[in-house]
Amino acid sequence: MQQIVSLLMENKPGALMRVTGLFSQRGYNIESLTVSRTLDPTLSRMTITVDVEQNVRAQVIKQMNKLINVLQAADVTDGPAVNRELVLVRVRINQQTRTAVLKEAEIFGARVVDSTTEGFCLEATGDPEKLDEFIDVMRSYGEIEATRSGIVSVSLDNKKLRLSPPVPRGAAPEEVLELQGAE
Amino acid sequence: MSNLLSGAKILLNCLAAENVDCIFGYPGGVTLPLYDAMYDDPVKHILVRHEQNAAFAAQGYARATGKVGVCCATSGPGATNLVTGLVDAMMDSIPIVALTGQVSSKLMGSDAFQEADTFGITRSATKHNFLVKNIAELPQVIHEAFYIAASGRPGPVLVDVTKDAFQGQAHYTPVKEIHLPGYRVFTEGHGGQIRRAAQMMWEAERPYIYAGGGIIAANASDELRALTEALDAPAVCTLMGLGALPAEHRNFISMPGMHGSYAANMGMSHADLLIALGVRFDDRVTGRLAAFAPHAKVIHVDIDPAEVGKNRQPDLPIVGNVKRVLPKLVAELEGLAPSMKAKNAGSRAAWWKQIRAWKEEHPLTAETSPNEIKPQHLMAEIDRLSGGRAIVASDVGQHQMWAAQLIRFNEPRLWINSGGLGSMGFGLPAAIGAQFARPDKLVFAIVGDGGFQMSIPELATIVNHSLPIKIVVMNNGYLGMVRQWQELFYNNRLSEVTLSSFPDVEKLAGAYGFKGRTVDSVKEMPDALRAAVNEPGPYLLNVKVTPFENVYPMVPAGGAINEMVLRPPQPVEV
Repeated sequence: MQQIVSLLMENKPGALMRVTGLFSQRGYNIESLTVSRTLDPTLSRMTITVDVEQNVRAQVIKQMNKLINVLQAADVTDGPAVNRELVLVRVRINQQTRTAVLKEAEIFGARVVDSTTEGFCLEATGDPEKLDEFIDVMRSYGEIEATRSGIVSVSLDNKKLRLSPPVPRGAAPEEVLELQGAE
Repeated sequence: MSNLLSGAKILLNCLAAENVDCIFGYPGGVTLPLYDAMYDDPVKHILVRHEQNAAFAAQGYARATGKVGVCCATSGPGATNLVTGLVDAMMDSIPIVALTGQVSSKLMGSDAFQEADTFGITRSATKHNFLVKNIAELPQVIHEAFYIAASGRPGPVLVDVTKDAFQGQAHYTPVKEIHLPGYRVFTEGHGGQIRRAAQMMWEAERPYIYAGGGIIAANASDELRALTEALDAPAVCTLMGLGALPAEHRNFISMPGMHGSYAANMGMSHADLLIALGVRFDDRVTGRLAAFAPHAKVIHVDIDPAEVGKNRQPDLPIVGNVKRVLPKLVAELEGLAPSMKAKNAGSRAAWWKQIRAWKEEHPLTAETSPNEIKPQHLMAEIDRLSGGRAIVASDVGQHQMWAAQLIRFNEPRLWINSGGLGSMGFGLPAAIGAQFARPDKLVFAIVGDGGFQMSIPELATIVNHSLPIKIVVMNNGYLGMVRQWQELFYNNRLSEVTLSSFPDVEKLAGAYGFKGRTVDSVKEMPDALRAAVNEPGPYLLNVKVTPFENVYPMVPAGGAINEMVLRPPQPVEV
């Protein structure tokens, strides 16, 4: 099944390698991955779609949380979260179908980002299933080329971040029992 | 600008602040600045003969003390040679810090001489790794590395430092605090869960303690003992946990698993409550997972949340440090004792009776023969000389299993072996590290004739430092464990397992300047061992044992652990 993981991590060299390496090491298949800086430039937010068995879902999150640079890994598959994807579709069409294609694009809320005599380049966002349909519809008009962004997700949960406070050098780490800090 | 220091010197200052007293290493091109700084630094550097053995020796040091072991190698081949030792430490949760040199930051990515992507290569071989290109980051990173290696679930941490970071100059300000916001360590255990666990323990009719390397890592042997005695439950220690409970403790059964005792495995299979402490339900313990402890509810205490529920879903998980959790469990048990202890006392007495019956039915005994040296006999003699008090560093294979079965460990940190990764060539360098850590202790390196030949170069290290290690080669002329599987599961087609041309150890040890002897007479073996132990310096004893002896009991791969093969197939009369 598809699991969507939202990951907040320190923006350090090798951060992406640690995450993708862990997935391949543990045999989890990544279907999509997006990563970008957050409002705090020292942090990155990743959304990873991974194909795993239901019973491994908790293990995936635990393994991610073990990474030292990961501040929080959360399973957002079952929400509350908003999941969105963007697709850019180039469709080659003839003069007769141009209007029809524009009409279809409008139904899907897609925008024309480039137009030539050969056809259009369209941009659509939505949940991944809706984009599947959009791509199918466009394919019915002619030869297409599509690039998908992969899912980006924002959790609607109010869960606060649990961060470890600084400890004096030479001291043992203390368990963080209270929630503190937020993104 | 008098307090400007080189990166190399700053690194050594950081090691001093971490109380590092010895480094196992091998120099090279890009670590030249570091080795130059070491020239007049008080830290002791032990020059090994291969980087892999630096990592194994650092592990031996760490396993024998619980302190962080340190190893050091140059870029490229030096760093790649460390990798086996790092993965080994990762599998067994051993705290070591590996320092590697990297080519200058300006050359990185240009396929420079002795350049390798150490940071990328060791990502999955370490708990965490760092690449330091900037001298300003160096002190913070070094201390973070030690902190990560030693805390939580311990493990190896590698710090790759570029040559220009070693060579640069900076002001050194000692690091005051560690801040790793995403590094969460769970130590305390959930109070409610601990109360429920104590309740379950008294309610159980056939409780069974399954203790592992986590007890050793946490230095929680006393706490384990207190729990075992409070509940008076039978207890097994895994290969990684041997010594966690004294071998002579009345509640100790033996090691469970693929080569565990009949009683230990039958106990697992019949228990109604498994109290799993610092263990990871490894396949070598559980056999076929679906058939493992089928009647048992499971309480699993571990510091690593990812281990809880990874292989076996516990009925009651407790994430925390056994050192902190076990005393709380004991307190709860004692609190409940007046009302609950008597409840199932009858069933528990019957359980003990059953366990004792299993022990008597198929005890782990060392067979002897009047004509030849049985490997089990050799282990029994080593056990007699050790008295449960010597450090035994073992290599990997049949001898490792016999040693685990037959040598008593009455303290933690005496049994040093490569459990998870099973790295041949581990035993001898690990013994070196252990002997440096515990100069007061009698240290045996028990090795097979296979693994020994992977470690021969380190005889020089032993001699250089006059380490009085007793190297006992259990020599059967074969890669015994591989041969055992070929005999049992590959139609006895013995493919590439014969080790001929083993060197004359008297000459070999002599060539290095110490004593060696081969013994093949069963009458002389005990005296030869005693002579080795009495020798003030190192000793290399090559013991020619029965070639075709195999390790039993044995659970075939994929079998349930109560489906043990107890003895070799008997010849069939035709």
